[in-house]
Amino acid sequence: MTASGIFAIFLVVLALVACGWPLGGYIYRTFAGERTWTDAVAVPVERAIYRLIGVNPDVEMDWKAYLRAMMVSNLVMALFAYAVFRLQAVLPLNPAHIPAMPPYLAFNTAASFITNTNWQNYAGEQSLSYLSQMIGITFLQFTSAATGLAAAMAFLRGLSRQKTDALGNFWVDLVRVHTRLLLPVAAILAFLLLALGVPETLSGPAVVHTLSGSMQTIARGPVATLEAIKQLGTNGGGFFNANSAHPFEDPNAWTCILEIMGMGLTPTALVFTAGYFLRSRRLAIVLCTLLGAILLAGAYLVYTYEAAGNPILAHALGLHGPNMEGKEVRFGLPLTSLFVAATTAYTTGAVNAMHDSLMPMSGMVPLLFMMFNLIFGGKGVGLLNILMFLIIAVFISGLMVGRTPEIFGKKIEAREMKLATAAMLVHPFVILVPTAIAMALPSARASMGNPGLHGFTEVLYAFTSAAANNGSAFAGLNGNTPFYNISIGLVMLFGRYVSIIAMLAIAGSLAGKARIPETSGTLKVDTFAFGYVFVAVFVIVGALTFFPYLALGPIGEQLQLG
Amino acid sequence: MINVWRSLRFTLVFAVLLGIVYPLFFVALGRVVFPWQAQGSLVAVNGRTVGSELIAQPFPQPMWFEPRPSAVNYNADGSGGSNLGPTNPALVQEVRQNLHAVLRQNLGLQVDEVPTSMVESSGSGLDPDIDLQDAYDQIPRISKATGLSEAWLRSLVQRDAEFPVLGLYGEPMVNVIQLNLAIWEKLHPSARVARTT
Repeated sequence: MTASGIFAIFLVVLALVACGWPLGGYIYRTFAGERTWTDAVAVPVERAIYRLIGVNPDVEMDWKAYLRAMMVSNLVMALFAYAVFRLQAVLPLNPAHIPAMPPYLAFNTAASFITNTNWQNYAGEQSLSYLSQMIGITFLQFTSAATGLAAAMAFLRGLSRQKTDALGNFWVDLVRVHTRLLLPVAAILAFLLLALGVPETLSGPAVVHTLSGSMQTIARGPVATLEAIKQLGTNGGGFFNANSAHPFEDPNAWTCILEIMGMGLTPTALVFTAGYFLRSRRLAIVLCTLLGAILLAGAYLVYTYEAAGNPILAHALGLHGPNMEGKEVRFGLPLTSLFVAATTAYTTGAVNAMHDSLMPMSGMVPLLFMMFNLIFGGKGVGLLNILMFLIIAVFISGLMVGRTPEIFGKKIEAREMKLATAAMLVHPFVILVPTAIAMALPSARASMGNPGLHGFTEVLYAFTSAAANNGSAFAGLNGNTPFYNISIGLVMLFGRYVSIIAMLAIAGSLAGKARIPETSGTLKVDTFAFGYVFVAVFVIVGALTFFPYLALGPIGEQLQLG
Repeated sequence: MINVWRSLRFTLVFAVLLGIVYPLFFVALGRVVFPWQAQGSLVAVNGRTVGSELIAQPFPQPMWFEPRPSAVNYNADGSGGSNLGPTNPALVQEVRQNLHAVLRQNLGLQVDEVPTSMVESSGSGLDPDIDLQDAYDQIPRISKATGLSEAWLRSLVQRDAEFPVLGLYGEPMVNVIQLNLAIWEKLHPSARVARTT
C-alpha cells in the first residue's frame, strides 16, 4: 500500500463525481420534460420509434398502469431471450457451432439478464453464439438498465409532484433512456474501448500456430459493443468467462479506468438527479459525500489486505508480496482494488480479479456492499434503495422525536411504511433462506469449489449477488446445476421485482398527497446530521441481519489465517 | 393486452437496433478505423499468424520468456482463474509447485527475488504481461539456452518495459509475446514480424 496508490483510487472516484454531477442535471432535464441539447437529433428518432411500437407519448400513467407495462415488457423480453438461447444452434451467426443452451441454464440466464444481474452460470466463449451475445445479452443489457432507470424516474416524479396520480409514461421513459443516455454514451465508450484494443469482429475464433509450435484457438467476437453497455448499464455479464480480467475485455490500465467510470457514471449521476427533482442540491451533496466515503473505505480495505499478501504463503514458502492469485498484472493493485469495491457498490458485477481468491477481509467488502445494496447501487434501483432507506430513517427519526414523519413535504404513513418494510425485508430473506437451504442439501454443498468456511462464503456470495442483482461471483462455486440454476434464477427475480413493485406503489401514494409547507419543526432530510442517521440505519440493519453469516464466512476465515 | 402487443413490437424494434445495428455498425467501423485492434491484436511471422499480443500462450522451452502460471493452461477458448481461496491447502500446493519449477529452471534464483505474480495464477489464465522483476529473473536461463547475451536481453526488456499510466495506474511490466517475438527476430534475421488482421 503506497501513498500514490491511495491517491490513484481517490482520483478516479473524484472524476466520477465530477462527471456525475452535470450528467445528473442532464438526466433530470430529460425526464422532467425540459428542453435539452439532444432534442434536435433525438426527438424525430423517438417519434419514429413511438409509431413503430404504437405508443402515444402524451398519455401519462398511474402507478398501476406504469407497473403493468413494465412487468409485461420485461416478461416478453425475457421469453424472447430464452427462445434465442434455446434456438441458437439453428440460428445464424454461430461460427463456432455452439449447441443450444439447456433449459435450466437458459432460464437462469434469461432471468439473470432481464433483472440486470448478469449472473453467469455459463462460460461466454463456449456457451453462446454471436447472435445470442448480440440480440440476447447485449439487447437485455440495454433494456434491463433502462427499466431500472425508468422506475427511478417514476418514483422521483411521485415524490416531487402533488395531488396527481400521473407518474409519466413507461414506454416514453424506456425509449428515452436509450436515445438520450444509453446508446450515445455506450457508443462513445465502445469507440474508445475499440481504439484501446478491445476486439469487435464477427470473424469467429482465430486459430494460430504459436511461436513454441503448438496450436491455440483464440475466442473473440463483437466484444467492444457488449463491454460498453455491460459497464454502462451496471450489468457486468462478460463476453468471456474471465470477464474483465480477460485481456480482450480489459486490455490495459486506461480501459480499466474507463470501465470503472462506465459503471459508476449513472448511479452517481442519479443521486444528483434526485437532488434536482427534489429541489435540494444539499441532498445530493450529502448522499454523494457519505456514499463516496463508504466506497473509498471499501476500496482501501481491499487494497490494504491484498497488498499485504497471503500470510500462509509467506509462512509456508517464504514468498512475500501482494496477493496476485486471480489478478492481472496490467491493472496494478490500486485499480484492481477499486474495481472490486466499485463493481459491487454500483452492483455491476463485472470482475477484473477473481473474487474467490481475494483475502478474506477484502472478499467481505464486495459481500457487504451487496448486502447494503445502496452504496450508489445499480442503475435506477440503487437510487430506489437509497430512497427506501431514507423513508425508513425518516420514520425512525420521527418516532424518536415524536413527530409525524415526512420526507420532502410528503407525510409518511402506515401504507408507505408497510411497503418500504416489505421492500427492505425481501433482500435479506432471499439471501439467508436459500443459503441455509443450500447448506442443508448435500448435492448443493458438493458445488463448493473450496473447502471449509471459504466454501460457505461462496454459497452466501452467490445468493447475495443474485438478490442484489449484482452478478459477480466467488466463481469456484459450480452454479450450473438444476438446484442453483433454479434457486438463483428465482432469487434474482424476487430481489428485483418485489422492491420495484413496492417502491412504485409508494410513489403512487406519495404523488396523490398534497405537499405540506416546511416549518421550523420539520425534520430536514438534506443535512449531514440526518445523513449520519441514514448511514447508521442501513449499517445497523445490515449488521443485525447479516452478521452471523459473515462471522461464519469471511470473518471466521480471517481468524484461520492466524 | 395492449401491453403485450406493444412489448412485442418494442422487443422486435430494439432487438434489431441494439442487438444488430449497434454491434454491426462498430464491426464495420472497426474494420475501417482500427482493423488491428478489432480483429484481436494479432501478430504474424512471415505472414503466418502466431498469436495475439494480448493473449498469453504457452512457452514451455527454456529459450522463451515464460508468462505467468495459467489455471486453464493458456486455453484462449476457455479463460479463467484457479478460484482457489486464500486458506485452501490446494492453493499452497499449487504455488509451491510453481515456485519449485521456477527455482529449478532458473538456477541461482533466490525465493526473495521471486515476485508473487510469477508463481500465482492470473485471473484470466491469459495474462500476457509479467512483472519487470519476473522478466529480469528469467534472463540468465534464456541467455544460456539461446546464446544471446544477458546485456542484450536486459536492453530488450528495458526497451519494451511499460510503466504505470500517469505514474499511478498499473505496474512496471513487460509483454511476453513482444519479448519472445524479438527473440525470434534476433535468432532468425530473415524473419518478418508484423501486425496482421
